[in-house]
Amino acid sequence: MNVIWIAVIILGAVGLVSSVVLYAASKKFAVVEDERIGKVAEVLPQANCGGCGYPGCSGFAAACVKAADGGSLEGKLCPVGGQPVMEKVAGILGLSAGASVPKVAVVRCNGTCENRPRVVEYVGVRSCRVQLLAGTGETACAFGCLGGGDCVAACQFGALSINPNTGLPEVDEDLCTACGACVKTCPRKVIELRPKGPKNRRMVVKCVNRDKGAVANKVCKASCIGCGKCVKVCAFDAITVNNNLAYIDPEKCKLCRKCEEACPKGAIHAINFPQRKPKAEAAPKQEAAAGATVAQEKKEA
Amino acid sequence: MAKKLIVSLSPHVHTRDSVQRNMYGVCIALIPALLTSLYFFGIGAAVVLATSVASCVLFEWAIAKFILKKEEVTVTDGSAVLTGLLLGFNLPSNLPIWIIIIGALVAIGVGKMTFGGLGCNPFNPALVGRAFLLVSFPVQMTTWPVPGQLGSYLDAETAATPLAVMKNAIKAGDASILEQLPDSIDLLVGQTGGCLGEVSALALLIGLAYMLARRIITWHIPVSILATVFVLSGLLHLSNPIYASPVTVLLTGGMMLGACFMATDYVTSPMTAKGQIIYGVAIGFLTVVIRTFGAYPEGMSFAILIMNAFTPLINTYCKPKRFGEVVKK
Amino acid sequence: MKTFKIGGIHPSENKLSAKSPIRQAGLPKQAVISLYQHIGAPAKPVVAKGDEVKVGMLIAEADGFVSVPIHSSVSGKVNKIDAIVDASGYRRPAIFIDVEGDEWEEGIDRSEDLVTLAQHPELTAEEIVGKIKAAGIVGMGGATFPCHVKLSPPKGTKAECVIINAVECEPYLTADHRLMLEKPDEILVGTELIMKAVGVEKGYIGIESNKPDAIALLTERAKQHPHIEIVPLKVKYPQGGEKQLIAAVMEREVPAPPALPIHVGAVVQNVGTTFAIYEAVMKNKPLFERVITVTGKDVHQPSNLLARIGTPMSQLIDECGGLPEDTGKVIGGGPMMGKALMHLDVPVCKGSSGLLLLGEREARRKAPQPCIRCAKCVSACPMGLEPYLLATASALRKWDVAEENGITSCIECGSCQFTCPSARPILDNVRMGKTTVMALIRARNAK
Repeated sequence: MNVIWIAVIILGAVGLVSSVVLYAASKKFAVVEDERIGKVAEVLPQANCGGCGYPGCSGFAAACVKAADGGSLEGKLCPVGGQPVMEKVAGILGLSAGASVPKVAVVRCNGTCENRPRVVEYVGVRSCRVQLLAGTGETACAFGCLGGGDCVAACQFGALSINPNTGLPEVDEDLCTACGACVKTCPRKVIELRPKGPKNRRMVVKCVNRDKGAVANKVCKASCIGCGKCVKVCAFDAITVNNNLAYIDPEKCKLCRKCEEACPKGAIHAINFPQRKPKAEAAPKQEAAAGATVAQEKKEA
Repeated sequence: MAKKLIVSLSPHVHTRDSVQRNMYGVCIALIPALLTSLYFFGIGAAVVLATSVASCVLFEWAIAKFILKKEEVTVTDGSAVLTGLLLGFNLPSNLPIWIIIIGALVAIGVGKMTFGGLGCNPFNPALVGRAFLLVSFPVQMTTWPVPGQLGSYLDAETAATPLAVMKNAIKAGDASILEQLPDSIDLLVGQTGGCLGEVSALALLIGLAYMLARRIITWHIPVSILATVFVLSGLLHLSNPIYASPVTVLLTGGMMLGACFMATDYVTSPMTAKGQIIYGVAIGFLTVVIRTFGAYPEGMSFAILIMNAFTPLINTYCKPKRFGEVVKK
Repeated sequence: MKTFKIGGIHPSENKLSAKSPIRQAGLPKQAVISLYQHIGAPAKPVVAKGDEVKVGMLIAEADGFVSVPIHSSVSGKVNKIDAIVDASGYRRPAIFIDVEGDEWEEGIDRSEDLVTLAQHPELTAEEIVGKIKAAGIVGMGGATFPCHVKLSPPKGTKAECVIINAVECEPYLTADHRLMLEKPDEILVGTELIMKAVGVEKGYIGIESNKPDAIALLTERAKQHPHIEIVPLKVKYPQGGEKQLIAAVMEREVPAPPALPIHVGAVVQNVGTTFAIYEAVMKNKPLFERVITVTGKDVHQPSNLLARIGTPMSQLIDECGGLPEDTGKVIGGGPMMGKALMHLDVPVCKGSSGLLLLGEREARRKAPQPCIRCAKCVSACPMGLEPYLLATASALRKWDVAEENGITSCIECGSCQFTCPSARPILDNVRMGKTTVMALIRARNAK
């Protein structure tokens, strides 16, 4: 009996015992997972951004499968993949996807250095959440953008950046997937997800100041003072004024741009519209392809 | 009001302490050892130290500026000077310049800047450089000039160090070999062969006292290392006289330099007092093990490097005692 | 000498106004009395535009248990009830009163005579707490927590002793120090009142040893009050923190939140509050004025002023020689925990303990350097936390790590940031993390 045989026998025995143990363990601790979850997860973008409201893509997949067992995928939307992905998901689960409107993040503040004077100088960590603890930020506006860039840090797609000239974040609409991370992180709720609108065109009130008109007017040149002129000119009842702040309902808005003209403070912005010709009503019908006009949010500024 | 008020969160006042103050504080603490090394090794020590410091500062500046493209190049914070000094202290005084430059490159380039510069390095950069040189140039790194040859550099006469004597005694199992060791007073003052900065235990202890007085470091690491080494080597010595006496062990080799200056490096040592004591005890234990049973006569630098690797783990598990955690009766 | 055991730092004391006796600040032309002067629900105004008010008259009543009433600090006519911009820049409701003369409510004892508890043996604990509540007294060290709530221990807890916080560990501030020197007997009587209110036999007054005159004076006067012990404390910031003071005086540690000092049997009140309690109970005087230190290295005449609530800070600065040209930052409170004001028209509130003017150079922070992991913040933290870790976790939005490492125990004393050699904004991040984690915990508990 030589040494080699001893080694072979011992190792063989160890291997045998281990395999039996492993086999038993795999049977005993087996986790039964719905195979549809894996299939759904495969078609998801795997960005794990959490924009859907679930922890990562696999969490969303599990939620979809659960919802499908309940008979409907309503309310479930992967904001990154959008409608095409949801149709694939619905196909796997044997359902039809609910219609969804493509959305984009919109910064509702135009408090640039010119419009909104800086009344104090903040020294410390550049983060909106930290600045918020020190007061209203560098301006006297208690509602608007702090410019600390928490949204920029939260965006996984590089769609946000702070414009050094204005101190405000800007959205790159091509990169924005409307995952909503910036909306969640913004302590002042300045960013909103709005439908992209036909040909990417939309009307936005670029202000979130809910102070009385006189106060809002004092702190920022571009603030909404809640005067209600836009409400009067709107033929479609799309604009409401609550707490001294106008809001345009994107579903009712027909993009006529009357409110933009009516606003005495220039707080209402028309985004991605072609350059105005002298006669505004004769809006050109030429192709303004979706991708051609990129986030030119600062036309007025 | 014309001028804008400044708004920031509290606290609104700050200590006068700074990174520079700490780094240069350690450098000042090294001055006694520097002077003794110049006294014993003369021109060789001067050349080695100057080369080491200059190349460390240069490499840090060049890497930060040209490779990392950092906007602010902060060689002035003193950390590169300190690394250079400590690296130089860890080298024999007859080491050729080109080897020192390689050591500095490894210390700063590999040991520090690859991890992101100051504050990010897991291992003590000077020791990374030394360990690299020790394994790459074992002959040059372990021939030690006899002290007192002030005018000679590469041509200095060499001799066995006390550590080598101790190792030989253990290998041969003959306690009489230990009689070749210089007496404790010589070891304390530094009248012995070895790396240029580590020969004088007394000078290093003065430096330690300075750092403690200025609150640059706390006592935990040096005391725990030295106490552990003393106890362990004492036990060995009692069990068998071929092991040198604990006092000799404490005074020889890189023990003092390591315990006072290398292991106490802020970046690579644990954050809590409890963690620092565990770290110190482990370094002491590993040093004695390597010195007694390992292949190298000196174990300090490897012991510190090994424990540097454990520092994150120690930080994870050694939390400070929180206020109110255990309510007294 | 006693002190707390964990952490602590030694900032320069800079007690510039320690030798300056308390003097009465002038009446403002218009007093602006905020309805948000305390923690809890804001007070509800009970006066309307045009009403005549006298000094000490109730102008707003408490709205709920954790809330206090507010009294007029001046006599005159209510101009309007409108928003003021507070120190943080937010708009808060306040009562604006145009000052005419200085007519006090009848029933307020304006004499200097000392009224001792022995003269009123009939006072019960309920009566004392009731008077304190009616006088609108809050914690005057800066926390502005309604005093009567603290003096009504929750069920199942039993107070063992009262500790008067006369530490004043914040650099620069001297208001409490001067008050002790000028009103020692009143403070001792106030202490007895608190002891009676919570039904304990033992009272301590903790004073840091950098105020030897106050320690000597109070020790001398306390001979007539055998149940009150003056405890000199070793100078160390943040000894005036409630938990640190209890640890120093009683050698007991209050457990992590949500535990309160009462869980180790302690009721802590600030020395200024104690004086206000004396005045409220014995002199029938509601809280409408307080001592405030106006100081700073460039201030012409650093002073301790007895100012009416609602006086604008700019007026106090003028009374101390005007705003220094070089002023970079104006801080309400002390330099360690005070709040930088956004403008100077902020009125004096019940919690305003000081007004500190820092020069431009002092006001700027040093540029932060990388963390060198020196662990000085760890050894400075009086709560035994690891500030470097909490700051990093917060900056990286790792809320779970921050919570595990006890971020909610942070008392925001600023020792970590003060001591950091790299001048890192540790507390900025920790504070942000703490607020976020607290909100997450609340949301979780609400589920």
